[in-house]
Amino acid sequence: MKAKAEPYVSTTNACKLCKPLGACLAFRGIEGAVPFLHGSQGCATYMRRYVISHFREPMDIASSSLGEKHAIYGGGPNLKQGLKNVMEKYGAKLIGVASTCLTETIGDDVPLLVREFRQETAKKAGLGETPELVTVSTPSYSGTHMEGFHAAVQAVVEQVAQGGEPTDAVNLLPGLVSPADLRYLKEILEDFGLKGIILPDISESLDGSAQLEYAKIPAGGTLLEEIRALGRSRATLELGRTLFSLPSAGKTLAERFGVPLYALGLPIGLRETDRFFQVLEELAGRPTPARQADERGRLLDAYVDGHKYVFGKKAVVYGEEDLVAGLTAFLAEIGVRPVLCASGGQSGHLAEAVAAVTADLLPEPALVREGLDFYEIAEEAEALAPDLLIGHSKGYHLARRWAVPLIRVGFPIHDRFGGQRLLHLGYRGAQHLLDRIINALLEKKQQDSPVGYGYL
Amino acid sequence: METAIFAERKSQIHRKGTEPFDLSCNKESLAGAVSQRACVFCGSRVVLYPIADALHLVHGPIGCAAYTWDIRGALSSGPELHRLSFSTDLQERDVIFGGEKKLERALHELIDRHSPKAAFVYSTCIVGIIGDDLEAVCRRVSQDKGIPVIPVKSEGFKGNKRAGYHAACWAMFQLVGSGDTSDIGKKSINILGDFNLAGEIWIIRDYFRRMGLTVVANITGDGRVDDLRRAHGAALNVVQCSGATMDLAIMMEEVYGVPHLRVSYFGVEDMAESLYAVARFFQDAEMMARTRELVREELAVLYPKLKGFRRALTGKKAAIYVGGAFKAFSLVKAFRLLGMQVVLVGSQTGTAEDYQELHDITEAGTIIVDDSNPLELSTFLKEKDVDIFVGGVKERPIAYKLGVGFCDHNHERKEPLEGFVGMLNFAQEVYNTVMSPVWQFVPRRAGKSRCQLSGKA
Repeated sequence: MKAKAEPYVSTTNACKLCKPLGACLAFRGIEGAVPFLHGSQGCATYMRRYVISHFREPMDIASSSLGEKHAIYGGGPNLKQGLKNVMEKYGAKLIGVASTCLTETIGDDVPLLVREFRQETAKKAGLGETPELVTVSTPSYSGTHMEGFHAAVQAVVEQVAQGGEPTDAVNLLPGLVSPADLRYLKEILEDFGLKGIILPDISESLDGSAQLEYAKIPAGGTLLEEIRALGRSRATLELGRTLFSLPSAGKTLAERFGVPLYALGLPIGLRETDRFFQVLEELAGRPTPARQADERGRLLDAYVDGHKYVFGKKAVVYGEEDLVAGLTAFLAEIGVRPVLCASGGQSGHLAEAVAAVTADLLPEPALVREGLDFYEIAEEAEALAPDLLIGHSKGYHLARRWAVPLIRVGFPIHDRFGGQRLLHLGYRGAQHLLDRIINALLEKKQQDSPVGYGYL
Repeated sequence: METAIFAERKSQIHRKGTEPFDLSCNKESLAGAVSQRACVFCGSRVVLYPIADALHLVHGPIGCAAYTWDIRGALSSGPELHRLSFSTDLQERDVIFGGEKKLERALHELIDRHSPKAAFVYSTCIVGIIGDDLEAVCRRVSQDKGIPVIPVKSEGFKGNKRAGYHAACWAMFQLVGSGDTSDIGKKSINILGDFNLAGEIWIIRDYFRRMGLTVVANITGDGRVDDLRRAHGAALNVVQCSGATMDLAIMMEEVYGVPHLRVSYFGVEDMAESLYAVARFFQDAEMMARTRELVREELAVLYPKLKGFRRALTGKKAAIYVGGAFKAFSLVKAFRLLGMQVVLVGSQTGTAEDYQELHDITEAGTIIVDDSNPLELSTFLKEKDVDIFVGGVKERPIAYKLGVGFCDHNHERKEPLEGFVGMLNFAQEVYNTVMSPVWQFVPRRAGKSRCQLSGKA
């Protein structure tokens, strides 16, 4: 592989999205919430369209729709008018206000403006109860959509959670996972007899049922009273290894309210899921319930049944850092060689996360690269001659160029149906991933073969 | 029902037959109303995007480039540089210290790598704020590299999508006039405002070829820089799409004296009339005869096939909400041809004249709306008990969530809808949508069928 003299200045086909998009996704996981972008109209529209194409669900994002004069004189009046309109028309219980590069650069002080708005509306009758107004700073020129997602969750915790009488609840901060993953996490908690508070929870709001009336705000999401009670829970589980050494919502809850924090990786594959279940066993004071234990057993059985199909295959994994770490953990377990683990994100912690989850499994450490775009991923991977790619749908052009299967995971999936229903987490998610990977390799083998095997 | 409508927006909604028609439009979107509109950058990006041998570099943070990466079905018969997403991916330090140096280096790097025929450099919101001198950078790089490097003044907040169309037209106009036109004949045209979605411009070019015309430049579907440079040599600009490329046609008329005609390739009536209008312009009896023959041939194939669709679709109700109003005119007529009734029609960026025309061609009771939003649209869809809603991807979940059929008539479509064959594809899609058995199971219709789970509404 050729060494590059210096990194490219330009970005080609980014492997990341911008920060406010992540914040909007997180706010969509709160019951009665409306995501609100303080910026120009285009940001909201582009992000809505991007999110809709994956989830195939309504995704309203309000905007302060700044024009030229607001960019000069400040966007405060538009922000306030927008908040008032969202209150009146949507009846929002919470409005999540995320800034954009425009409003950060012109220097709007969003927290101050929102405080003013709160005081002004408190004086006026007829507007009803002021909703929770959460602000988060998400300039697109700093960090990716994942930083925006985590920043929004942390902002919600900082601005809404309260302390008080302890409860039995367990907080679960899952990060950006699919609605199917969230429904499965709920099932696991229920099987353990644990009362969980999952923040955010897009399981219903971004994968809802057919409706008779168009809901102004889709049903589902973490309840406001649950968010207020986060500081009283007995523990927090926060998923995502790159968060270990970064500020996070889980740390805020620990520091401010003394809620013990269990920081875990995304439970993808056997060992990361075992770690997750061990914490649940400890918290529930009981062994893993039979239904879940059986799934673990079936997964192990499938690992054995399928090992020959996958051993030694070379995979390129790309996407959000925590997802990449989790997927790499799983691939290493089944004997696939993760030859390149790449992300557009740059937390500085991906390499250590990958090293931790692949310890004693890989004959040679995986090549881990942060801050890559797809041009660089292609350049790095070309010489590695991967057998498969695993990541979101934006890597399809590489899979096509190299004629190798792409296992679509995570967000976004814009070229297949049902991305919101893909399962990644836990024993069951690993089972799904294993089935999909093996079948993709079998399909390729069958198609490429002159024999036309009908028995593989 | 009316609670979904903001008081400030009442003047942008009209029900035909209720009161004198006076729709206000071309206003800034109401803050907090979840407008379906985009921004200046979006307007520029959609117009220039299909120019396939140009480098399209978005100067700004990553989002603007990421959200516009290969999202449209604008096909190219040759180079495909337009399908890559280039960005300077501005970081905090660039915002503080300025992004000019990064831009200049990025341009050098990308031009060396891809050898494009020209480069377009798009401004985004913060470029307008931090004050990077794009023109100076572009001028320098253009001199160094010997290709046109053109700034596109598309800061997102400086107006709406239409301002972006204008910026794109201005950018293209910098190219026009710099190429050799000596071999261009008198029977020649440019096609403006067709983006070659699903190969549509190839259908239209074939019609013009059969009429005996030469197409000088596709603007911009399957577009090429060198064609744009000599576009002023064409005898006529044939302009589709109400807003997108009209400014270029006007500039070319003023400076180079190239006249223009407004056309639409959607639906049978507008498609045929567009071809006739072009033939009339050239005052060539032979060309007119060929055009008549062409239309006759196409209709002979099309009409028998449409009959079956019409039989099934008569009386069904359609709603239309699209970006530009000009497309809405054609859709109203196309639905009429299918025997269907249009009960709602609106656009993001229509003008007063556009809405007057919509008012004139629709039936009493039709709702006409400017710059609408999901709450309004969902209310109208329910009120009118619509069978199919035509719009773009942002409108799709509104329809689907309510169990209403949907047709994507925006830039993501993968089936050609232009031309006579496009009308057939359109009819087929409308039929496939409206006649699907799934609608009888959705809550909206379940009351009328017996398919309902007890205990569920």
